[in-house]
Amino acid sequence: MTDAAELRRRTQEFLAAHPPAGTARQDFLRARFDAGLAWVHFPEGLGGLGAPRTLQAVVDAELEAAGAPDNDPRRIGIGLGMAAPTILQYGTQEQKERFLRPLWTGEEVWCQLFSEPGAGSDLAALGTRAVREGGHWVVDGQKVWTSSAHLARWAILIARTDPDVPKHRGITYFVCDMTDPGVEVRPLRQITGEAEFNEVFLTGVRIPDAHRLGEAGDGWRVAQTTLNNERVAIGGMRLPREGGMIGPVAKTWRERPGLRTHDLHQRLLKLWVEAEVARLTGERLRQQLVAGQPGPEGAGMKLGFARLNQEISGLEVELRGEEGLLYDDWTMRRPELVDFTGRDAGYRYLRAKGNSIEGGTSEVLLNIVAERVLGLPAEPRTDKDVPWKDLAR
Amino acid sequence: MSDLLYSEEEEALRAAVRDLLTDHCDAAGVIARIESDAPHDLSLWKSLADGMGLAGLLVPEDRGGQGATHRETAVVLEELGRAVAPVPYLTSAVVATEALLACPEPGGLLASLASGRRIGALAVGLHTAPRAAFATVRLEGGALHGELTGIADAAVADVLLVPADDGGLYAVEAGAVTVTPQTSLDLTRPLARIVLDGARGRRLGDAEPAVRRALRAGAGLLASEQLGVAEWSLTETVRHLKDRKQFNRPVGGFQALKHRLAQSWLETVNLRAAARNAADALTTGEDVDVAVAVAQSYAAPVAVRAAEEALQLHGGIGMTWEHPVHLHLKRAKADSIAYGTAGAHREELAELVDLRAP
Repeated sequence: MTDAAELRRRTQEFLAAHPPAGTARQDFLRARFDAGLAWVHFPEGLGGLGAPRTLQAVVDAELEAAGAPDNDPRRIGIGLGMAAPTILQYGTQEQKERFLRPLWTGEEVWCQLFSEPGAGSDLAALGTRAVREGGHWVVDGQKVWTSSAHLARWAILIARTDPDVPKHRGITYFVCDMTDPGVEVRPLRQITGEAEFNEVFLTGVRIPDAHRLGEAGDGWRVAQTTLNNERVAIGGMRLPREGGMIGPVAKTWRERPGLRTHDLHQRLLKLWVEAEVARLTGERLRQQLVAGQPGPEGAGMKLGFARLNQEISGLEVELRGEEGLLYDDWTMRRPELVDFTGRDAGYRYLRAKGNSIEGGTSEVLLNIVAERVLGLPAEPRTDKDVPWKDLAR
Repeated sequence: MSDLLYSEEEEALRAAVRDLLTDHCDAAGVIARIESDAPHDLSLWKSLADGMGLAGLLVPEDRGGQGATHRETAVVLEELGRAVAPVPYLTSAVVATEALLACPEPGGLLASLASGRRIGALAVGLHTAPRAAFATVRLEGGALHGELTGIADAAVADVLLVPADDGGLYAVEAGAVTVTPQTSLDLTRPLARIVLDGARGRRLGDAEPAVRRALRAGAGLLASEQLGVAEWSLTETVRHLKDRKQFNRPVGGFQALKHRLAQSWLETVNLRAAARNAADALTTGEDVDVAVAVAQSYAAPVAVRAAEEALQLHGGIGMTWEHPVHLHLKRAKADSIAYGTAGAHREELAELVDLRAP
């Protein structure tokens, strides 16, 4: 059951039984999950067929051609990209059966409670406490940079369960119910004017032990699955030529010759080339994955895009001259999605500043490339063998 | 979308070329050779061309070649770039060969270049971009007169392909002209001045299309050589920094240096995609002008920076004549001018993708 023709046939049969035009969206998505056509690389019974991941494209193409509704993946990116692979790898059978279906259909939105005011790049230093009380854990602390928290039904949460051991060893990974009365979500306004992220205050939140993911104290290892998938999701979008941020700049350049200067021309051409080369690198990475030879190149994609987005959007503001002095809208909003193209250059410039911070700062990612890809030694560490409670903070 | 990977056959070819170069083209040997009277390694050339049949990769089998493509040729150039091998591969097996492939009447010359029995050089300055103007010699009473400079690998060429002022491209035997070596920045790809004083030549065809095609292929595949230079620079520097200890620890552990190497790695990864894309475009004939201009706009600064970083991060040893890093620096810098600078290729792109100057 791994062959493209067979998968195409199955999808066609499914479409015949559930014609998109005559089926309610939610019913269609649930049926698609139950037919194993949600994510074919997942196991049977959990939305998949145990097929190679690359064959998903066969299913998607058939469904798209039939005008089938999708699960609006951008709205539920954290669930799909981070929670789901972690639940699949570390969850119990009960957890997988409870969470994966509504996660995939979008009936339940997920968010991520990882970063804290005192634990950003040094995430393992986190201080949110979870204390065991009978069959529950009681959680107190503060999380930050949580997108979708105001929409989410569930969160993936890491908390300190043992302060007496070194920091990486005393962490446990949970699924947190965002409707618990102890969860308070406050919008966190950004430099763009809007509040895409939230602060989340956790006060006496009760989590049943059945919602622990992985062993107590093993949360750091579990979180690696989540974080590695986050970086893949951020760096891995497929683009046509001029498909990224360079697109609107090139369009303005062509349409408005009055804005052109020699200095901007040189810089534009340089960035155009870099954007095209980054696109080719992404394409090469995808070809490697399809051929079953994943390379370490993925580690660099997010780094490259962060810098490019910042430089290109910065150039775009400058290119607009007098208009670059204006801003489309400072109103405080809580958008469901980051939409780079629906806003003006000034927004793109400001929002892109976050690209080198979110999902691992560029400085941390350079360390990861240097140590894991190039094999260079790590900096000497003073925190490795010290109990968390004795660390400087 | 172009195929940006390496096939199994291409990897096997790479391994074979690397083995040969490991055995016959070590850095100490190259350093000793470049200041001798014979900077080119013709015995290595014979192994590559005659032994392995690599000089004829771009030539169809029915015209005496191997009938391979630019993709395989690019892999050979990556390896030659890593080793900074002093052989006329790019100039004879790529540029001169491409010029002949564009000519209607190359005669037996194409097959003799493809077999490696003879070495050819296109008599156009190495700095010339694919669409830039190039110098010609005078055709007077059936003989050629004039002087051409900056001709790479002319010192070992058996035959020169010379553009004349009648619009023709002429094959001229090296024995019929005066070839004088010029003191070159890159001693592994030395330049020469050619003086024609009534030399006889055989008209091969029109110079313009042949030169354009040759320089475009040269520029596109040069990116793979530059990738090889950058890769060597990065790999050697990483190796050195793991080994070298100061302040009681390997200096490769200092974040200030690690970040620079990680940056160089990112650029090298990008360069690989751009170089593969150019090689594939030359093979399929699709989107060639843009692919070549993108690769050449990107490759030169990356290769130069990788070599410059290698020198700096090797510290004092990198500044010595004995250490091979200078070979790569000089090659990278010369390559940044060869077949057009990055800036010239960006100007080309401005036209190709309609991002015109003010």
